[in-house]
Amino acid sequence: MEFFRIKKDIPFMSYGKLTTTISLVTFLLAVFFLAAKGLNFGVDFTGGTVIEVHYAQPSDTNKVREELAGIGLQDALVQHFGTTHDVLIQVPLKHNKMGANLSEQVLAALRANAEVELRRVEFVGPQVGKDLVENGAMALLLVSLGIVGYLWMRFEWKFGLAAIIANLHDVVIILGCFAFFQWEFSLSVLAAVLAVLGYSVNESVVVFDRIRENFRKMRKTEVAEIIDNAITRTMSRTIITHGSTQLMVLAMLLLGGETLHYFALALTIGIMFSIYSSVLVASPLLMMFGVCREDFIKPEKTEAEEVLP
Amino acid sequence: MNRYPLWKNLLILVVLVTGFIYTLPNFYGESPAVQVMPLRSHLKADTQLLASVEQVLRDAQLSPEVISLDANSVKARFADTDSQLKAKDVLHAQLGEDYVVALNLLSRSPTWLTELNALPMYLGLDLRGGVHFLMQVDMKAALDKALESSSGDMRSTLREARIPYSGVSVEGDVIIVKFRDADARSKGEAELKQRFVGLQLDNKDAGRDFLLQATLKQQEKLRLQDSALQQNLVTLRNRVNELGVAEPVIQQQGADRVVVQLPGVQDTARAKDILGRTATLEVRLVDDDRQIGASGAAPFGTEIFKERDGTTLVVKKSVILTGERISDAQPGFDSRNNEPAVHINLDAVGARKFKEATRENVGKRMAIILFEKGRGEVVTAPVIREEIGGGRVQISGQMDTTEAQNIALLLRAGALAAPMEIIEERTVGPSLGADNIERGFDSTKIGFLMVAVFMIAYYLMFGTISVLALGANLLLLIALLSMLQATLTLPGMAGIALTLGMAIDANVLINERIREELRNGVPPQMAISAGYENAFATIIDSNITTLIAGVALFMFGSGPIKGFAVVLCLGILTSMFSGVMVSRAIVNLIYGRKARLNKVAIG
Repeated sequence: MEFFRIKKDIPFMSYGKLTTTISLVTFLLAVFFLAAKGLNFGVDFTGGTVIEVHYAQPSDTNKVREELAGIGLQDALVQHFGTTHDVLIQVPLKHNKMGANLSEQVLAALRANAEVELRRVEFVGPQVGKDLVENGAMALLLVSLGIVGYLWMRFEWKFGLAAIIANLHDVVIILGCFAFFQWEFSLSVLAAVLAVLGYSVNESVVVFDRIRENFRKMRKTEVAEIIDNAITRTMSRTIITHGSTQLMVLAMLLLGGETLHYFALALTIGIMFSIYSSVLVASPLLMMFGVCREDFIKPEKTEAEEVLP
Repeated sequence: MNRYPLWKNLLILVVLVTGFIYTLPNFYGESPAVQVMPLRSHLKADTQLLASVEQVLRDAQLSPEVISLDANSVKARFADTDSQLKAKDVLHAQLGEDYVVALNLLSRSPTWLTELNALPMYLGLDLRGGVHFLMQVDMKAALDKALESSSGDMRSTLREARIPYSGVSVEGDVIIVKFRDADARSKGEAELKQRFVGLQLDNKDAGRDFLLQATLKQQEKLRLQDSALQQNLVTLRNRVNELGVAEPVIQQQGADRVVVQLPGVQDTARAKDILGRTATLEVRLVDDDRQIGASGAAPFGTEIFKERDGTTLVVKKSVILTGERISDAQPGFDSRNNEPAVHINLDAVGARKFKEATRENVGKRMAIILFEKGRGEVVTAPVIREEIGGGRVQISGQMDTTEAQNIALLLRAGALAAPMEIIEERTVGPSLGADNIERGFDSTKIGFLMVAVFMIAYYLMFGTISVLALGANLLLLIALLSMLQATLTLPGMAGIALTLGMAIDANVLINERIREELRNGVPPQMAISAGYENAFATIIDSNITTLIAGVALFMFGSGPIKGFAVVLCLGILTSMFSGVMVSRAIVNLIYGRKARLNKVAIG
């Protein structure tokens, strides 16, 4: 079986203007939603309390709200998730005067009237959220620098820069999606975003490897054609690899439950866009930075000189 | 050309067999068990303890499946929870207060595996259920307290040296000593400088007063903060022992935080109550000469506290000792009349201070006050019968054995050097933990199957080889996680699934390369060899970038994210081995021996 038996190279570089425009528009949209709506930060970052309980009998959220109001928590957010047996209670930090003892009080109030099983409690104080935001930003910075540095060492600065711009573009788009749909942005989503950053750079690396190889093999060819050839040759691998990874992520998305849902969602968006960006963002950028044969064939020149008597 | 030398094949075989052995314990599941740990430092988990546990269980007609001794505990495994709970009760009753008897789960894997140190993966709290607390130590309070106690010491130093001074007070983070003239001040400065090396002394004149300002040196601040944290760690450990948790984790995190993890604890209220007891101990003199005023206000320089039976007591404000000077407190008996008593050991500084205070106050009463959440309660207020030197203090009289035990416990547990606050809590119920394991397992299984079906359909024989290599990858990853006993969390399980999805990349790259070579008319044997060689550089490059992300996540991530990062990094390493070496070995075994190979099944 073979999906991609492409005889002629696809002239990707001649679509450069179009694809760059599309990227720019999606990027700007993502930035706009990030600025206008902002991320819906989870309790990990904002601080607050999340309590997940399981009722033996179907429960009524209004009744739960009343019970919580009885202990002074009028502003608690109460909702079903999954089934009517499962209730999620969120209390923002500013309405919580009991600190870490909130969960006991809530549970005691709920248990007064029904059979309730505690599934999960997360309480995050204000000091912790700030640290997490700082650490997250540091990790993002470190990953970016590490990748640029590695690609610079392995290829050339133009490659490092093109790859990181393409992939940060993916990251912004993932964040934009989370802002647009107001999906909860938790610690595990942050982990997914960083993993995507490392993973989707793979994609650019594979294409870049081919470009370098082509520069050495195809002496007389134009730069644009060399890149077109590299992308076309690696396309089959790109789709198959991402398809396989996506199969795994899909299983997580469907079977992983509440905790892994947004993690898998962030990965899904990341995988989709990394195919696009490595082909249609990183490579045009590389052209723009003026990659040329001389970037690679310098060592061969010195060899030639050594051979001379 | 497609043959591996014998040593390479052997190496791969050895790695796979080792991987298989270390993966095995994960398949046996767990049984209920009890774990007995000595509480006091002079008691050891030894063969003697093992024998007595065996004896107790035999007497109660309980037969454990396995009973074993390790570094700091004796563990006994049972077939069902019923006998586990019974065993806990009898052991607790028979062994007494000196041992903690905790419920635990133990792997059912056979002993020969355990002897190889092959253990099942260490599951995080989100998978096995339990409580995670992050506690912040109030360092400002610790420093304030140090200043307060230094100011008291300064007073007595000046008095002893007969240097006239008109007052010592603490204002903010400065101790101000007032002198009437410059001469007294310079004498005082010389004396104090000698005694208080951790303090920075500065002269200051304000109106008619000659002031000496003392502040904590930066170095001293750091030392105080560190010792406060260490003291709190010790105290927390003791408190957690009280809870009877099998494998608690109590660790310093950063300069002023402590992580407490209690696997399997369901009663979070009790855990919080015991951990969050922001209790501190102070020893002060009782002022029996003065009475409470008509308005109920305390006389100047004193405070009013209630005893545990409700009677009020007037106590001086100045502190003789704080709880951090108490190194141990044990219930016991008075050697003279065999009455129940509490024996207290003080550290060197505490002993010196205690000696001074008792010498000057024979016949008076001394109050030991426990402060919890800002409210003080007198634990006991014994009469000082004589000067007590050497740091060994005995409190006796008017108490029974239970009372002595309670007081000793309060004295020990109350010795937190600085108050702490819970700033993060994550509790996972046991049912959610079990669900999480199932979900993580299901998504990995289904994902693996889907990828396998696709790869085999798409690349035929080479797809099958890729899937075998992927299986080897999963095996090695689980073996590594089990060997390192790295904590496996739900994000970690997601990491396993994700690295498997990413690991297939190496094989896709190789297979695509081989196809390409074949399409260019290269003979099969050469195509296989060239495919592997050409793909190798790309595989390394693409894995290293992911590794960079993994390492950064590990460095900056906390809790669940760290678990994900560990799996990601290990998964990349195993995938490079299995994707390149293992798959090549299989290809070589299948095709390498054929001299004439006209066609390979690669789709």
